[in-house]
Amino acid sequence: MLFFRVFLISLVLLLSVTAYTAYATAVYEHTLENGLKIIIVEEHKAPVATFQIWFRAGSSDEPRGKSGLSHLLEHMMFKGTPKYGPSELSKIVQRNGGMNNAYTTKDYTVYFEMFSSDRIKLSLELEADRMQNLTLDPKEVRSERQVVMEERRLRYEDDPQNSLSEEVVAAAFKVHPYQRPVIGWMSDLKSMERNDLYHYYKTFYSPDNAVIIIVGDVTADEIVHKVKAYFENIPPGLPRKPMASVEPAQKGEKRVMLRKEAELPYIIVAYHTPSFPHEDSCAIDVLNLILSGGKSSRLYRSLVYEKKIALNISANYSSFNRDPYLFFFSATATPGKENAELEKSLYEEIEQIKKEKPSEIEIQKAKNQIESSFVMGQDSIFLQAMKYGIFEMLGDWRLIDKYLDGVRKVTPADVVNVANKYLHENNRTVGILIPTKEDSRSKE
Amino acid sequence: MNPHAFISLRYPLFFSVLILYAIFCFLSTNVFAFEAKRTVLPNGLTVLQSENHNLPIVMITLMVKAGQSHEPKEKAGIANLAAALLTEGTKTRASKEISEEIDFIGASLNASAGNDSTSITLSVLKKDVDKGFELFSDVLLNPVFPQTEIEREKDLVKGLLRQREEDPAFVAGRAFRSAVFGEHPYGRVIEGSPETIDQIKRDDILKFYSEFFLPNNSILSVSGDLSGEELNLLITKYIGGWEQSGMPEITLSKPDEKKTRKVIKIDRDLTQANIVLGNPGINRNNPDFYAVSVMNYILGGGGFSSRLMQSVREEKGLAYDVHSFFAAQKDAGHFEIGVQTKNESANVTIEDIIRQINRMRYEEVSDEELSEAKSYLTGSFPRKLDTSRKIADFLASVEFYDLGLDYVEKYPAYINAVTKNDVLRVAKKYLDADNFTLVVVADQEKAKLKY
Repeated sequence: MLFFRVFLISLVLLLSVTAYTAYATAVYEHTLENGLKIIIVEEHKAPVATFQIWFRAGSSDEPRGKSGLSHLLEHMMFKGTPKYGPSELSKIVQRNGGMNNAYTTKDYTVYFEMFSSDRIKLSLELEADRMQNLTLDPKEVRSERQVVMEERRLRYEDDPQNSLSEEVVAAAFKVHPYQRPVIGWMSDLKSMERNDLYHYYKTFYSPDNAVIIIVGDVTADEIVHKVKAYFENIPPGLPRKPMASVEPAQKGEKRVMLRKEAELPYIIVAYHTPSFPHEDSCAIDVLNLILSGGKSSRLYRSLVYEKKIALNISANYSSFNRDPYLFFFSATATPGKENAELEKSLYEEIEQIKKEKPSEIEIQKAKNQIESSFVMGQDSIFLQAMKYGIFEMLGDWRLIDKYLDGVRKVTPADVVNVANKYLHENNRTVGILIPTKEDSRSKE
Repeated sequence: MNPHAFISLRYPLFFSVLILYAIFCFLSTNVFAFEAKRTVLPNGLTVLQSENHNLPIVMITLMVKAGQSHEPKEKAGIANLAAALLTEGTKTRASKEISEEIDFIGASLNASAGNDSTSITLSVLKKDVDKGFELFSDVLLNPVFPQTEIEREKDLVKGLLRQREEDPAFVAGRAFRSAVFGEHPYGRVIEGSPETIDQIKRDDILKFYSEFFLPNNSILSVSGDLSGEELNLLITKYIGGWEQSGMPEITLSKPDEKKTRKVIKIDRDLTQANIVLGNPGINRNNPDFYAVSVMNYILGGGGFSSRLMQSVREEKGLAYDVHSFFAAQKDAGHFEIGVQTKNESANVTIEDIIRQINRMRYEEVSDEELSEAKSYLTGSFPRKLDTSRKIADFLASVEFYDLGLDYVEKYPAYINAVTKNDVLRVAKKYLDADNFTLVVVADQEKAKLKY
């Protein structure tokens, strides 16, 4: 019998009504001798389950000149092992009514399947196999490189707003590898070889650098034995050196311009901010929602509803990064309006919250939105598993409680403090999209 | 799309297409304990409910059987405006008050119009369900469509349409549907065009609302932590006074039946050619729907198991994504294949697509392909009903398309009955390798299209 630690996670404890504690979830946790951690959550409301394996390997772990390596490897993980040839894995999954996919971020890479619960054990064999026996056929590497270049053209080269976002992030970081896009720069992609992939794979896809998360209609006692059987003999990978780059404090505004065929002006303003569990991160989350959470938020009301200078405006702060990242604001101009007006109005709203404490009601609304999104997220086993994974990547899934506790404690004064501390001129990078448009190109 | 998300997925589209057209391909061999109740109230409102008390949330979908198809062509965009304006002012609440109250309880309340229907959805925590349902009923029953909000919304929609010109997939899709459907409403963009939006007056919106937003023309679907009794109380308290009434008859234009090849080239400063190729398809009640589902899975609906994906992406490295689907709607439908490839590869990619269409039309599929398609289509069913949100939307769709509450049990038999011969027959009937519509948005000088 494996030793299990069982924890009660009380996501809904935030809700004031005590009856809701009845919804607390049991989390089973076990670590194999080779360092692979397993987290299992039983959720029997529907006969489905998800298996996810998270590797602490993202674009910030790539060597210089090899941007996009993590993501290309993610694609290659579907190109087969000696046992299961190219595309076979996906075919097996689909034949069993399942779906599989994967995604890469700056900090980690995740592979997952969704199945009817009676098929979930298939994941164990397939994932254990490709975690250690990937073929990385040079011919397949060349072909998949082309596919990723097409993906880059689709997502960035031909999308003016995403192109600007890439420019802003690249300008905001000069030292830290968060500078590079997950998908990689085109010339780096062209130079990517089989050996680059192989070395990275053998280094980072190590059991002590991974976490397995299973959520759904499973029995933890039963499935953990099977996970153990498939994964416990996987040997550790090559030694890893921790990425040591630290972005120095920004000492003055940076501005980047992008001229590109587009219809409307668009602006991004990004401020360097700390990541959770930094003590300021929960207050920044609340600040983010006061400014941009829903149609009643300050920025929507002011720029979209009242002044009618923006078609849309969003603020985006995700504190769940390994290292300090950015708090973004972005807005598309209403036809006839200019970036300068957007920028000025955005700063007016920011200056306002730096001077005057938000009301208790605004603070409570933001907290309610965070609570509600946590509870609503439980509706999907996939999102539940993701939540454990995200916090596990930050060190420990139990940080979920610390996060929610931190949110609950935020005061109006905290919000004013973090606004003053981070949302200032010297700390920002501004991106401006200047639409260029050739007339009368359209013809039938 | 959120421009700052730094996630890069291996292949996002396959499943999002399945979700969009969720009603297409469901259901399974697994026996799935799934209970739903259906009742029709004295005012004609159909109510569907599935209880699930695992999580303290309630998901509501109200579907009104009126959308784009029910508006005049020269005023296209009425249904979209009517939906958007429901949450912009009621008899007792201004726009700001509605958003303030909804946001305060961390709920979401949205309304959107589609081709044949309009949906209002509410997602709310159980502890706030009374407040949420009250707001939901207020925007449903008491919208006042203030003139200032109408003007604001019209400007916003026109601006968003302008922004979407930046999206080559939108530009290609719009040209494609317009060519395939001709005068039929499905050929139009749901928002209308700047010209038609300018024609819309407040009276048009009021008329659309009062003619169609009726209980006898609506479906209320509820899933989650709410008992039948609790739902009845909410209905009685908040929408008990909703009165039924007669509705005007609508005659839709026929889709363009002429069979000719149409090629539309749109020139843009792009690195990729956005290609859409297809033809008219089937409506949702066509008995060939299930054979078409199997056939399309093999051709281009089945992600990495599909022939198009295998050939275009896996073997030739020409594209990140290639897919096909049949959009089978209430009155008509269409078939389309979509792909993006660098300008210079446009011709070779189109050739490959036409070759795959011809293979489907002239050769039987293999036993393995047939059985894989069937096992996916039937075996993926439990995942289509694995959240309360999906269940609420599913029940409304089943009712809307008149599939019967036993659809969940019947679907596997429908799929399993499909033979290789059926697949060949529907491929010949519904795929056209000669008289297709082809739209290419690209840098035309580099694409040098042969078509």
